[in-house]
Amino acid sequence: MMDLGPHAAFIWASYAIYAVVLAGVIGWLVWDGARLKARLSDLEARGVSRRSRAAKEN
Amino acid sequence: MTQTNTVPQQSLTQKLANPTRFMQLSAKLMPWMAGAAVALILYALYLVFFVAPDDYQQGQTVKIMYIHVPAAWLGMMGYALIAISSFGYLVFRHPLADVSSKAAAPLGAAFAFLALATGSLWGKPMWGTYWVWDARLTSMLILLFLYFGLMALRSAIDDEALAGKLCAVLGLVGVTILPIIKFSVDWWNTLHQPASVIRMDGPTIHSDLLWPLVVSAIGFSLLFFALHMKGMRNEILRRRLRSLTMAEVDRARSVSAPAAAE
Repeated sequence: MMDLGPHAAFIWASYAIYAVVLAGVIGWLVWDGARLKARLSDLEARGVSRRSRAAKEN
Repeated sequence: MTQTNTVPQQSLTQKLANPTRFMQLSAKLMPWMAGAAVALILYALYLVFFVAPDDYQQGQTVKIMYIHVPAAWLGMMGYALIAISSFGYLVFRHPLADVSSKAAAPLGAAFAFLALATGSLWGKPMWGTYWVWDARLTSMLILLFLYFGLMALRSAIDDEALAGKLCAVLGLVGVTILPIIKFSVDWWNTLHQPASVIRMDGPTIHSDLLWPLVVSAIGFSLLFFALHMKGMRNEILRRRLRSLTMAEVDRARSVSAPAAAE
């Protein structure tokens, strides 16, 4: 393992917290987007669509 | 005399005011920004762990600087972005300004928290303590609470327009913390060191240490903007979902109302 000197624990802890928090934010954004898209396509499958799209289609 | 109806030339912000156009543009832009961010962050990590020298005083703990400083910058930039968006919302009624402001809050909070956490982990070996009520640390903590206040205020109000307005006011009032954070190390006698990069007379860090920091800062900034764009896209989908759901409820009500009357 790379020798980071006497304070290696603090260095690794800093990078670990960074990775965990950013992975959490990215994961939440991706999950939230997928959930919203699924619910929107479910509504559109039931025939509910936006006025602008409906106007475009007529 | 033939009347030529010339379409008024739109500014970029006006062009982007159309959510559908923003969705199309961000769909193209976001992958490139995310890809560039990942590439730069990996390059920065390589520089930090395999190239950059130790600091003559702090030794290897200087490696924490390469993530602590970008987090602090982005924590502050996030709130500046909220303030600009708030101004765009209150003054220009820009339809995406509130979306931008709402999407920036959790990102800014995450980076502000990371600045405090990595700073604390750097402070223990270097200062002998995880925390001190130093002007720089305390004002950064207030910034984090401002972010939490924005998110709490937003979720406490169902009416979207009202929530947007109140958050915009807090966004504009709270931005006063940014100069306090920036100049806290000059105004008060702080344990935290004064600025070493963004200074009138230029950086005081040696280029061997400065270059990885710049690469890291650019990488995480691109990541911030890519995530902000993703957050805005999600928020636009959320608002579409809300209006479709309400339209469906209205339709169901109008269908059942005559039946009830008979």
